[in-house]
Amino acid sequence: MKFGVVTFPGSNGDYDACHAAADAIGRECVYLWHKDHDLKGCDVIVLPGGFSYGDYLRPGAIARFSPIMNEVVVHAKRGAPVLAICNGFQVACEAGLLPGALLRNASLRFVSRLVTMRVENDSSMFTHEYYKGQILSVPVAHGDGRYTADPDVVARLEGEGRVAFRYSSTGGDVSDEDNINGSVNGIAGIINAAGNVLGMMPHPERAVDPVIGSTDGLGVFHSLLDGVTA
Amino acid sequence: MSEVLPRPGDPEITAALVREHGLTESEFERICNMLGRTPTFTELGIVSALWNEHCSYKHSRNTLRTLPTEGAAVIQGPGENAGVVAIGDGVAIAFKIESHNHPSAIEPYQGAATGVGGILRDVFTMGARPIAMLNSLRFGSLDSARNRYLFAGVVKGIGDYGNSVGVPTVAGEIVFDSAYDGNPLVNAMCVGMLREDELIRAKAEGVGNPILCVGARTGRDGIHGASFASEDLSEASEAKRPRVQVGDPFTEKLLLEASLELIRSGHIVAIQDMGAAGLTSSSAEMAARGDVGVTIDTSRVPVREAGMTPYEILLSESQERMLVVALEGHEQQVREILFKWDLTAEVIGKVIQEPVYRVTEGDRIVAEFPGSALVTECPRYDVPAEEGREAIARRSIDVAATKELAAESDPTWTLLQLLAAPTIASKRWAYQQYDSTVRTNTVIGPGGDAAVLRVRGTDRAIALKTDCNGRYVTLDPRVGGRIAVVESARNVACTGARPLAITNCLNFGNPTRPEIFFQFKEAVAGIREACIALDTPVTGGNVSFYNESPTGSVHPTPVIGMLGVIDSLEHITRSTFRNAGDVIVLLGDCTDEIGGSEYLATIHGAIGGAPPACDLDHERDLIATLLEAIRAGVVASAHDCSDGGLAIAVAECIMADPGKMFGADIDLGAWDSLSLRAVLFGEAQGRVVISSGEADRVLEIAARNGVPARVIGTVTELAEGLTIRAGGRVLKIGTEQAAAAYHEAIPRIMDAAPQSAAIEETEGVKV
Repeated sequence: MKFGVVTFPGSNGDYDACHAAADAIGRECVYLWHKDHDLKGCDVIVLPGGFSYGDYLRPGAIARFSPIMNEVVVHAKRGAPVLAICNGFQVACEAGLLPGALLRNASLRFVSRLVTMRVENDSSMFTHEYYKGQILSVPVAHGDGRYTADPDVVARLEGEGRVAFRYSSTGGDVSDEDNINGSVNGIAGIINAAGNVLGMMPHPERAVDPVIGSTDGLGVFHSLLDGVTA
Repeated sequence: MSEVLPRPGDPEITAALVREHGLTESEFERICNMLGRTPTFTELGIVSALWNEHCSYKHSRNTLRTLPTEGAAVIQGPGENAGVVAIGDGVAIAFKIESHNHPSAIEPYQGAATGVGGILRDVFTMGARPIAMLNSLRFGSLDSARNRYLFAGVVKGIGDYGNSVGVPTVAGEIVFDSAYDGNPLVNAMCVGMLREDELIRAKAEGVGNPILCVGARTGRDGIHGASFASEDLSEASEAKRPRVQVGDPFTEKLLLEASLELIRSGHIVAIQDMGAAGLTSSSAEMAARGDVGVTIDTSRVPVREAGMTPYEILLSESQERMLVVALEGHEQQVREILFKWDLTAEVIGKVIQEPVYRVTEGDRIVAEFPGSALVTECPRYDVPAEEGREAIARRSIDVAATKELAAESDPTWTLLQLLAAPTIASKRWAYQQYDSTVRTNTVIGPGGDAAVLRVRGTDRAIALKTDCNGRYVTLDPRVGGRIAVVESARNVACTGARPLAITNCLNFGNPTRPEIFFQFKEAVAGIREACIALDTPVTGGNVSFYNESPTGSVHPTPVIGMLGVIDSLEHITRSTFRNAGDVIVLLGDCTDEIGGSEYLATIHGAIGGAPPACDLDHERDLIATLLEAIRAGVVASAHDCSDGGLAIAVAECIMADPGKMFGADIDLGAWDSLSLRAVLFGEAQGRVVISSGEADRVLEIAARNGVPARVIGTVTELAEGLTIRAGGRVLKIGTEQAAAAYHEAIPRIMDAAPQSAAIEETEGVKV
């Protein structure tokens, strides 16, 4: 299985995502340049964290017009996996790959810390290595992470089990206190209707090595390994 | 030499104009002698930009020369964009710290942001990939709305810039003291990594090689920023707000990637940031280093607006620009790399045989200086130095006689006051706004004694810390200078790192005042002594004078940025306790000293007495002991004992990490002959609190190194809380109560008080 990480101008999580794929799970990983039209035969496309186009105008609003995004959308439409992390989640929403939008954090401040989140869906191609209710410690680092969507969209996400992760206490309780950015229903990550696009604000690629504090993000990568054939 | 005529429309050179440019009569005479004629307006601007204090170090150079700058690990010492040291396995670290105090005082968000941007460029122009940022901040008391506004704005500026560029901010320190009212200090440090063979220097070479202006276009912003940084802050400073540059981290990120690609491509011979004094300073310094002539044509510099004069183009401090010397014939390849990153590169001049620094506007020569005289002929001053009476009086205060407050009869009250003092309290409110984990190397992030980053592809890690206690330096600059070095060294040693080298940022008042210059000379002497004792050479840094507001000078604050190396990831050690049941050992000894302490400042509002003594032999032996014990695997945690003394250090060990809290049972009866407050809150130097499962071995290693060491207690479960027996008294407090005081102090102040309106106003410029 081959990973491709898109580098937009201003991406800064591309390096971490590639290292997670290459070092932590030993898979080939290449960078995909935003001006190109070639996915280089990659099986999994990662839209990484960062500040594409400086987050100017609105996070993700400009990046989604990058040439490479045409190919990423085609890749997603044929059911192949797209992992959209942080700024990548914002790009995916802007590109229509996922419903809803990410607003400024309720605190109006950037938040960088280790958070705990609860696994809500343990059957998707991104999450089947986890068990439902499992508590993960994963870093966040964002200023615009407050997930929002129309009430009927949220109801559908909840009803169809497409909420992948929810901010929680270490004991698994969901409350305003643990909702670090004010997301609706404490949503930290969602999956599209076809089940092949995951968008999440926390950084699984920064939680793949015990030396840097957590390995709880590995499950996302391992799930992909088991669930996708090259 | 060619004929240089005034440009049509240039103002006449008068004594008043010379003064406005911050040049003295004798400096003006020097210029006239150098040229053999009166300078043109453009030339006057160039000289004022290069000969101001910020760029020329004219008051500090002779003193700085006394610092030790050589060592086995040093690859590049002072004089380049950043210092570079080898850490083994062919890996090198480039690092430097720099001030952005004056801009931040009047425009905190952009002032701090562009401070981060500037220091990042200094590091990546050495060919190094920036891997970490630190910052050392000083503000006045948070009781004032203005100071809360400055604090919030600076933190947001640092965060927004560093986060966007994608370099983790991993450590630093923040101190609040009314001495910084009206003149906050904002020092940013950047650390980069490179392979030794990737090093590039900012030295113009090769006659015929083209000089290119790369990155953002040049506008009218920041003109005279460097000279603004070379005068005292006053009421009128507010009117100089337009001299503060505006940062664009997105362009910086592109410039970072493009520059590294350019350096690795082999198409260029030198690259330098256009920082303070912009094009003037970068081109003159590159030429002087290479001992070659250069010619620059301002009409070829890409500008943001029409009608900019050579004077403006040369002095603009527009951000995110670089000056590059390429190999002749490789211009197109350079342009292609920049174009890939949506940036521009224009040839604006070349390296020439003739030993002159020449600026033209098309065919017209608008400025010309012989050889590298601009840089080498800059005056140097040895001004009188004499200790101020106020400092002597303060130091002579008999602080031991300070009468205790009634409330102090309960030492728990005192402990809680200190834990909640903003200088001691948790700075999480600030550092949670900084991305500290991007690039996935951060092993220990903000909040520890020092930050630790792993070095990918090796078993090594580096440790980083900034430090300075300005109160100590005020009271005794030599001792204060020593302590700044040894404390930062202890901090990195607590993580398991061998202190390797330093960078420094020397923040002082107006050097033409003898009492200020005395502080400067003495503090540098103290730094020198400590650096020699610890074998940590100085690889570069920055001097910031004129840190004065109408209320007076700041505390002299020579901030030390320390780099240490950990030879095996196994040796990485944290500051907080790890296991209940571990024995707590104090390395070093308690004394009766309370001079200059946080205790006196917070509880009694007093700054007085002599700062704690600093025995350099002991500090060296202490670090050796600590590292030997860590490498022997018998240290579970190690925490430096500093602000607030031993009681605060132990309290931090049990609750600084909210995810893993403990209790502790401590007995300090061995020091009953000393005053209770000195034992609990005195800041005797050379002490480290260790927890260990094999305390006997720690004691044995300490004895062999001649370092005092004593078992002072045991780590207990969280529910047991903290108990300290000392002086026949028992201090008892719940861990959670201590944690609440420590962790909630700053959020309580910042989230309750309105300061955001003013920040929102400045945020608009981001777009």
